[in-house]
Amino acid sequence: MMATLLAQAADVGAAVEIPSVDWWGLAPVLLLAVPAMILLHVSSLVPRFFRGFYATVTIGVALVTASWSLGLWGRVTDAERGPFSTVGGAYGVDGFSVFLTLVICASVVLAALLADGYLRREGLEGAEPYALMLLSASGGVIMASANDLIVLFLGLEILSLAVYVLAAMHVRRITSQEAGMKYFVLGAFSSAFFLYGVAMIYGATGSTSMLDIADFLATTVLARNGLLLAGIALLLVGLGFKVAAVPFHAWTPDVYQGSPSPMVAYMASGVKAAGFAGLLRVLLLAFPTQGDIWRDIVAILACATIVGGTVAAVVQTDVKRMMAYSSISHAGFILVGVQAATARGTSAALFYLAAYTFMVGGTFGVITLVGRRGDDHHDLSDYRGLARSRPVLAVVFALFLMAQAGVPPTSGFFAKFGVMSAAVEGGAYWLAIVAMVASVIGAFVYLRLIVTMFGAAEGDDAHAGAAGGEAEADDAEAVSATTAAASPERAGSAAIAALALAAAVTVVVGLVPSLVSDPSGEAVPVLVHPTPGRQLASP
Amino acid sequence: MPALTLALLGAEGAAAPTFPVLSALILLPALGAALCAVLPKNRPDTVRQVAFLAAAATGVLSLWVMYHFDRSDAGFQFLEQKIWVRDFGIGWHLGVDGISLFLVVLTGLLFPLTIVAVTPEHEPKPYYAWLLLLQAGCMGVFVGLDLFAFFVFFEVVLVPMYFLIAGWGHGDSSKVALKFFLYTMLGSALMLVGILSLVTLHARASGGPVTFDLVTLAENQVLATTTARWIFLSFAAAFAIKVPLFPVHTWLPDAHTEAPTAGSVILAGVMLKLGTYGFIRFGLYLFPEATTYFAPLFLTLGVIGIIYGAIAATMQRDLKRLVAYSSVAHLGFIILGTFALNRQGLSGGILQMVNHGLSTGALFLLVGMIYERRHTRLISELNGLQKAAPILAGIFTVVMLSSIGLPGLNGFVGEYLTLLGAFASARWWGVVATAGVILAALYLLWAYQRVFHGAAQGAANEELAEINWREGLALAPLLAGIVFLGVYPKPMLNRIEPAVERLVAHLDANLGDDFVEVQGPAVERRGAEDLVHLAEEAEASAEAGGGHGDGAAGTEHEDGEG
Repeated sequence: MMATLLAQAADVGAAVEIPSVDWWGLAPVLLLAVPAMILLHVSSLVPRFFRGFYATVTIGVALVTASWSLGLWGRVTDAERGPFSTVGGAYGVDGFSVFLTLVICASVVLAALLADGYLRREGLEGAEPYALMLLSASGGVIMASANDLIVLFLGLEILSLAVYVLAAMHVRRITSQEAGMKYFVLGAFSSAFFLYGVAMIYGATGSTSMLDIADFLATTVLARNGLLLAGIALLLVGLGFKVAAVPFHAWTPDVYQGSPSPMVAYMASGVKAAGFAGLLRVLLLAFPTQGDIWRDIVAILACATIVGGTVAAVVQTDVKRMMAYSSISHAGFILVGVQAATARGTSAALFYLAAYTFMVGGTFGVITLVGRRGDDHHDLSDYRGLARSRPVLAVVFALFLMAQAGVPPTSGFFAKFGVMSAAVEGGAYWLAIVAMVASVIGAFVYLRLIVTMFGAAEGDDAHAGAAGGEAEADDAEAVSATTAAASPERAGSAAIAALALAAAVTVVVGLVPSLVSDPSGEAVPVLVHPTPGRQLASP
Repeated sequence: MPALTLALLGAEGAAAPTFPVLSALILLPALGAALCAVLPKNRPDTVRQVAFLAAAATGVLSLWVMYHFDRSDAGFQFLEQKIWVRDFGIGWHLGVDGISLFLVVLTGLLFPLTIVAVTPEHEPKPYYAWLLLLQAGCMGVFVGLDLFAFFVFFEVVLVPMYFLIAGWGHGDSSKVALKFFLYTMLGSALMLVGILSLVTLHARASGGPVTFDLVTLAENQVLATTTARWIFLSFAAAFAIKVPLFPVHTWLPDAHTEAPTAGSVILAGVMLKLGTYGFIRFGLYLFPEATTYFAPLFLTLGVIGIIYGAIAATMQRDLKRLVAYSSVAHLGFIILGTFALNRQGLSGGILQMVNHGLSTGALFLLVGMIYERRHTRLISELNGLQKAAPILAGIFTVVMLSSIGLPGLNGFVGEYLTLLGAFASARWWGVVATAGVILAALYLLWAYQRVFHGAAQGAANEELAEINWREGLALAPLLAGIVFLGVYPKPMLNRIEPAVERLVAHLDANLGDDFVEVQGPAVERRGAEDLVHLAEEAEASAEAGGGHGDGAAGTEHEDGEG
């Protein structure tokens, strides 16, 4: 049983005891993982029942998990019952984990909606991508709820291994294979870093349980804290890789560019949320007393990530790469919330993750559609004149880009506002100024894309013609060539639903931010010691 | 659809004073924009009518606000206060006082006039939608009393203007639009950090909850002097770019020149005022000490703007660019008046904001009309237009003279008051700035002479079409305003003045001892009676100077012909 394993991991030193398991709290993981396995088996035994069956099942599973989590939300925010931990304190269910479970479910829904049309178009339809996505989501949920470094590692691996395969999902595209390979090698490397960090922290504090680590560090002053510092540093490397913080970001552009576009939507939203969940839990729960050490490191990481991501995005001509770098810079903004190490900062980071999930889901949704068969029309020139051939798609894309640029009234503005507010509150004025200046540079990236979509064809006929593989002199012909070059396939109803959902959330949250900011304000991670009365005695 | 808008208008006009009229000023054009966006593409006329009705209804509503404005009340009126985001202490707090009242009216009126005067060359649907959204945004900036709401509107206006310039502009418009957007966004990015710092530090120092409410923040000055100065600088960065002040003005000539006519009119008429208004409302009001401390810096930049803008305008070959640079000079006067920090200066500055909106708005409309007819804006290619289009030339003359600051027209009253204010508290800056008045006459009269006088060369110049009724209809209210405010500015000053007085009192109450040092012993403050007296003085000299001015113009005229 997994629970037993978890328990053993939690109490390595103690005699083996069977902790109580609160199945209600653990249910979201199982609700995601069990149907994923059933789906794999069923799909190999019987033919699919109807078109889009797997996507429907996936979305249904994600929605059931989400509604279960809403129930849990009621329980953990209830003044009397409150957050709780289970499996011997290794798995915590608090506002934080429930909130991020909801975010991860949302990203699964968006990605599944996008994947449906995409996989059919590419002739790749099957249960595997969906099953893997659900499995990886369950890993993400474990990361968001982990109260033990080993459990966190377990979640990290479940999440990552599934995503490595998702990156390599497109069997006929060599870049997809390359992306999967690169992601796997570097990801395994970073997992090793993480594990090494866990070992060092175990050496320094004598436990892998965040509860015990926090208690130990609160009551003990280490005479020589070299081991602890090295451990924290290695954990930061491992998690920094997952959230794509500079300088651990090098995999992101290649992987995002090569992977199938709907999977990138999931990577940029769900995987990133899970990575930040792990980072926030480790830093805030295990090392709240070491804030002086890690706050500066995270602030520098945030600064480097924002500046590095933004500046690199400016010089890209491939839209997927551009968005990869932009997602790096967004990670930097979220790190700004993390480095504040306050309730406000955590709440702002969570708001950012929730808002960004929909923005980036929508963005890669449009990219999926524009990519067309073969998924390789991602050059900036493929977007030229999109406003003419597909006006609605262009407007929706412009909305997502404006939201990413942080222009009000979109959710992206409030997301940036929240993290800046946390930074200023924590006195990190320099970071706030650097971040805001970088956001202006970032706006250039998004506007350039918008200009390309809405841009006048007159001045750039030659270029547009060249991009379309034709050279004309006549203006009218040039325009039609542009249109042909930038005309993506018709969106299926699933993709339309995904874009509409993402756009609606982006706008509504931009107008009424309290819809998300109120829950995110309550979703601060807490450590709850397992209730002794409910703990079963060891055999 | 038009009927619906009319019905809306009727309902609003008849409503009680408790009706949230300021919210309506923002929402009405926003709804109009939404309506324009969903109307069918193949009916451009309907779109145009809907757009006009929405903009005009907003204009009528702004007049209603002006009519019901209580001039004895120096504080904010038509107040609305609701909670927007409780968590952050953000409120939906709106109100107008004498400072913002006429800017609201200007915003209300300039948009419908622009819609009447200019028809877009293509794609009317998004064009009108963006234009109405811009009106909603500008209104929001002028009536917002919550720093957050203000900031949101301050940012929101960038988006429609960006699309207007990029989509309907001339030449390399998408690059220019990008420059405009990034330049302004850089300023507001710094301001956002400033706002957040102010709000956080204020809450910490006062021990109260976090609030973005302007009045609360301004009336309880709790920040340390140095901190307040830094935060003021972050605000000033945003406003200076928006105004634009001298070293950061480089986006303006490009944006004005490449923007479509409507864009230039709104940009000059309304959007530049967001910066000067910001300086008064959010600079002076929030940071009285810092504003006083930095006043010499901004006075200097303002004066540099006056002289530099005038010289640069003189050297332009493009008529639209010339008007654009003249804006730099005019905005310099407004900054001069604002940072004179006394009654005359501030009243003059506020008056001049409206004046500049009227006259430069009209100038851009006229230049746009010439461009529509001739498809060139190069001064060297235009000549002798007066013969073919005397009415156009006549209107141009009046507007130009108002821009120069000829007594009897609105420009004079504002300029006179700003200079008076400057002489009272910042004498040498005033002295240098006065030279700008002469330079304004130089570049505008010279340009006029080259474009309108002399014999027309080439068929295009000889057969220039006269303005049509639609264009006349759009220009008439602007001309009426120019003349009326030049002859009888008293009703307007009467409404501006109590608010200015309150602001000056606020300034005095919150200044430390170093104020005297900075301001020098020459601080002179006149009472309300004096100011009314001043206005009457201005009228009197206007009447006396009118003939003289005509004479001067006549001389120029002869020179041109000779």
